[in-house]
Amino acid sequence: MGVQKAICLLIGLGLIFSLRASPVNAADKDKIPKYSVPPAPFSEGIFPCSDCHEDMEPDPTRRELEEHTDIQEMFDHASDQRWCLDCHNANDRDKLRLVNGALISFEESYYLCGQCHGTIFRDWKAGVHGKRTGEWNGKKIYRLCVHCHNPHSPKFKPLTPLPPPVRPTEIENRKLNDDQIPRNPIGDIQ
Amino acid sequence: MKSKKDKLTRRNFLKGAAAGTATLALPVGTSDASVWEAFFQKHFRELNKDEVADVIKRLEEEYKEKYKKDVKVKTTDAQPGVLFSYGLDLSRCIGCRRCVYACARENNQSRDPQIHWISVLRFEQGEKFVSNLEEADKYYYPEKVPEDGHFYMPIACQQCENPPCVKVCPTKATWKEPDGIVVVDYNWCIGCRFCMAACPYGARRFNWAAPQIAKEEVNPDTHYLGNRPRYKGVVEKCTFCIQRTRGNPGRYPACVEVCPVGARKFGNLLDPESEIRYCLEHKRVFRLKEELNTAPKFYYFFAT
Repeated sequence: MGVQKAICLLIGLGLIFSLRASPVNAADKDKIPKYSVPPAPFSEGIFPCSDCHEDMEPDPTRRELEEHTDIQEMFDHASDQRWCLDCHNANDRDKLRLVNGALISFEESYYLCGQCHGTIFRDWKAGVHGKRTGEWNGKKIYRLCVHCHNPHSPKFKPLTPLPPPVRPTEIENRKLNDDQIPRNPIGDIQ
Repeated sequence: MKSKKDKLTRRNFLKGAAAGTATLALPVGTSDASVWEAFFQKHFRELNKDEVADVIKRLEEEYKEKYKKDVKVKTTDAQPGVLFSYGLDLSRCIGCRRCVYACARENNQSRDPQIHWISVLRFEQGEKFVSNLEEADKYYYPEKVPEDGHFYMPIACQQCENPPCVKVCPTKATWKEPDGIVVVDYNWCIGCRFCMAACPYGARRFNWAAPQIAKEEVNPDTHYLGNRPRYKGVVEKCTFCIQRTRGNPGRYPACVEVCPVGARKFGNLLDPESEIRYCLEHKRVFRLKEELNTAPKFYYFFAT
């Protein structure tokens, strides 16, 4: 029937348009304040990527890489469904690429992560997921997702704990010289 | 017959005896005026501006003499419209104890005998823990954390709105400030430890011996009611880093800044835009030993 068809068509078109017009993050991009983040944590000497990639022909196929073997080895981020150029941009390697085709810099990589991890992104924007430093009522320093999660293997890696407290039975009443006093394993907190 | 006035009453006798004993208790033979000044110092909240300045000057000289460096003692007041509150994400904490030692460093806790304001408790998964902390282990020391089948809960002062420690203090040496921080005046504390007995969270620590810190590790940025160096025989506890957080802008506490997993959240409970309010509105939150009606301003939550 004509009416039903028309309705279906309208809904279909609406869906297509909403997908096109409102990629998950770009819609509220303007609402997000510019986060103050430290520089992206690149391995030394690896950026800008265009230094090597400029003259190379992009090859989107899944294969054994000759370079970046360390990344391929650790790659554990829904790896069956993902390959380099899903996030890295083929033609300008110094940029990342969102699913809607928008190019973003490495300093804004949270938009890329937020495409899938929407609830985490929401918490991060509010300052609840992840680490903040700075001022509770002033300038807050955010961290990029990749400061704590390796984007190629994002599970948070275990840490070595600092020593347990001294048991009450081991506490002595002793007068120590300055150089004998135990040092704190953590330095000044800025 | 002796008039009633001249008669040595029981009351007068006791007064005299008390004064005499007090005099004996003072260090005889010292010519250092600061000892006398400290002894006769009034309660901190009864001091006027000039008297506060005198006290601060005396303390700063005392600390300079002891630690051979300039130690600044601030008396920054609470800001109006601020009620500090803390959130800790139990689903993120990995028990690495960075907070414990960052706190010790920032707040000039004695290194020997060791004092820590934060205890990190380790529980087995599924263990009953909210009202019974007895099964917890605070001496765990594996190679790596987090360990499978365990979770961790750091505990420090819960900054109660209805603090039992304040109620029991016989000298009013501990009180709740307008911004919600429960503080201790180390010059007024007599070391009776009633507050430690009253605290259901085990958050207060006692200086059983003279606290010792290496000179180079003394944090010179201090607050009178917070991290200034303490004495033997006084009680101390977390103050939400009063020397950092009281300010406009004020910094985050040291434990927040050091936490590698970002499990620690801090902010103004009265500000609807603050991180802590977001946690309260969007996360599953609980307060420790809620049934005791202490009304902590320290919220544990699960972000996942």
